[in-house]
Amino acid sequence: MTLTAFLQNVINALQWGSFYALIALGYSMVYGILLLFNFAHGDIFMVGAYIGFFVASGLLLLVASLGIVGLPSWVVLVVTIILAMFITSFVGMAVERIGYRPLRGAPRASAAITGLMIGIILETGNLALLGARRLSFPALIETTTYNIGGVSITNKKIMIVAVSLLLMFALHQFIQRTKWGMAMRATAYDFTVVPLMGVPLNTVAALTFGIGSALAAAAGILFGVAYPVLDPYMGILIGWKAFVAAILGGRGSIFGAALAGFLLGFIEIFVATIFPSTLRDLIAYSIILLILTFRPHGFFGEAHTARLRL
Amino acid sequence: MLLSVKNLHVSYDRIKALHGINFEIDEGEIVCIIGANGAGKSTTLRAISRLVPVGAETQMTFMGKNLIDYQPDKVVSQLGISHVPEGRRLFGNLTVMENLKLATFARKNGKEIEQDFEQVFSIFPRLEERKRQKAETMSGGEQQMLAVGRAFMSGRKVMLLDEPSMGLAPLLMMDMFKALEEINRAGTTILLVEQNARLALKFAKRGYVLESGDLVLEGNSEDLLNNPDVKKAYLGG
Repeated sequence: MTLTAFLQNVINALQWGSFYALIALGYSMVYGILLLFNFAHGDIFMVGAYIGFFVASGLLLLVASLGIVGLPSWVVLVVTIILAMFITSFVGMAVERIGYRPLRGAPRASAAITGLMIGIILETGNLALLGARRLSFPALIETTTYNIGGVSITNKKIMIVAVSLLLMFALHQFIQRTKWGMAMRATAYDFTVVPLMGVPLNTVAALTFGIGSALAAAAGILFGVAYPVLDPYMGILIGWKAFVAAILGGRGSIFGAALAGFLLGFIEIFVATIFPSTLRDLIAYSIILLILTFRPHGFFGEAHTARLRL
Repeated sequence: MLLSVKNLHVSYDRIKALHGINFEIDEGEIVCIIGANGAGKSTTLRAISRLVPVGAETQMTFMGKNLIDYQPDKVVSQLGISHVPEGRRLFGNLTVMENLKLATFARKNGKEIEQDFEQVFSIFPRLEERKRQKAETMSGGEQQMLAVGRAFMSGRKVMLLDEPSMGLAPLLMMDMFKALEEINRAGTTILLVEQNARLALKFAKRGYVLESGDLVLEGNSEDLLNNPDVKKAYLGG
């Protein structure tokens, strides 16, 4: 592989890694706090993409009807991301409130099944509401391709990776520097005594779902910018892959989830450069299975306890 | 009367842990509940903190308010009942300062919080020295100081203490009880449960004896220390 081809693949891997990492963070945070995997999380990604679609379409209409001209295209994108993250966080909190909170203390399998059911409800609910047609995500920004020493890189890819890294940095700051972040770290360590600090545990749980869902929504919109076709089942495979990343990173480890998300992107892209693309996932996930055989708790996981570690 | 507990029943699955116990605490008191391992001491404190469900017939009032109406976090933040749990249960991944700050999570009055920080550091100067250290890297004695300091920061009316002497060398134990006396003098009512009956009865003015989920004896500490049954069962003859 030439250096240019290598760098080209690195850029593609970073883009896919961004999607996986953003989604994996939500899995890992929820696991860190509540010791359960929210199997509806991939569908939250889908819901976020759809909410992004409606927000963006609405904003474009609004801009047109107000007769605003010369508005930089990225403004609509930024507002879309922020608004859709905000709205989707409430979807996530509703999932926690309706689906998981009544099952607190129930066997873990019940919560897992609940997640699967919520996922199906979100998929088929979308189908019932919008029909089986696919939606095309509005082109919010024009694609510009830069050519740097033979490596072609689009403004979209730069934007996707940059926004993802920015969100991860913001999450890190939130968890390390704010009082709610501190409460989340404490909850991940030992949730049973958190109420004794005067901290409302249910609110911490809801907030965790909210933040995880907001990040999934951001991933959904970025995905829509790169691959502008939305359908109700778009979250399933990418959701499972991000789940693999969360496990590979070590259950409950935020840093691990982000890192493993990017690693997944790299493995997939580089496998595809060597083998036929139809074999990509087969080989990529065999490699990951092998890694997990040697590190069953992932990169930053612990044997018996899963703790949010940063 | 500050805290009144009537007919406290607690069951874990189908096993009854407390069979309808009654006790009261007045403002400013130091009261202890002594008993063997498994007698239901921790359960009693956990019931007051609303961490375990209580029977329908149970009545618990604190300053005239029905404790049963309060969520566990509100017992701390609205009523000011703090709880030092068995085994300390610090947040080992947080620094000393973060553990203390987290305890002030729901408190609003910044000035009062600041005063309490000053006070907690004057009672336990070691905590100020270790401010930036992760809680899990501290010694057992320091961890117990942090557990008490954390409770102090969370609410000041009543402190529930679950086996504060556990795992401490005798000298550290005496220091800890001196600190608790200081906290009590500053206006915090103390209810402590202890397996170390001699120590608890020397520290508290009044005590109850809990046996297999029933309170079988109560009285002044001195009387209990001289009671032949207590001597035989809890003070080594």
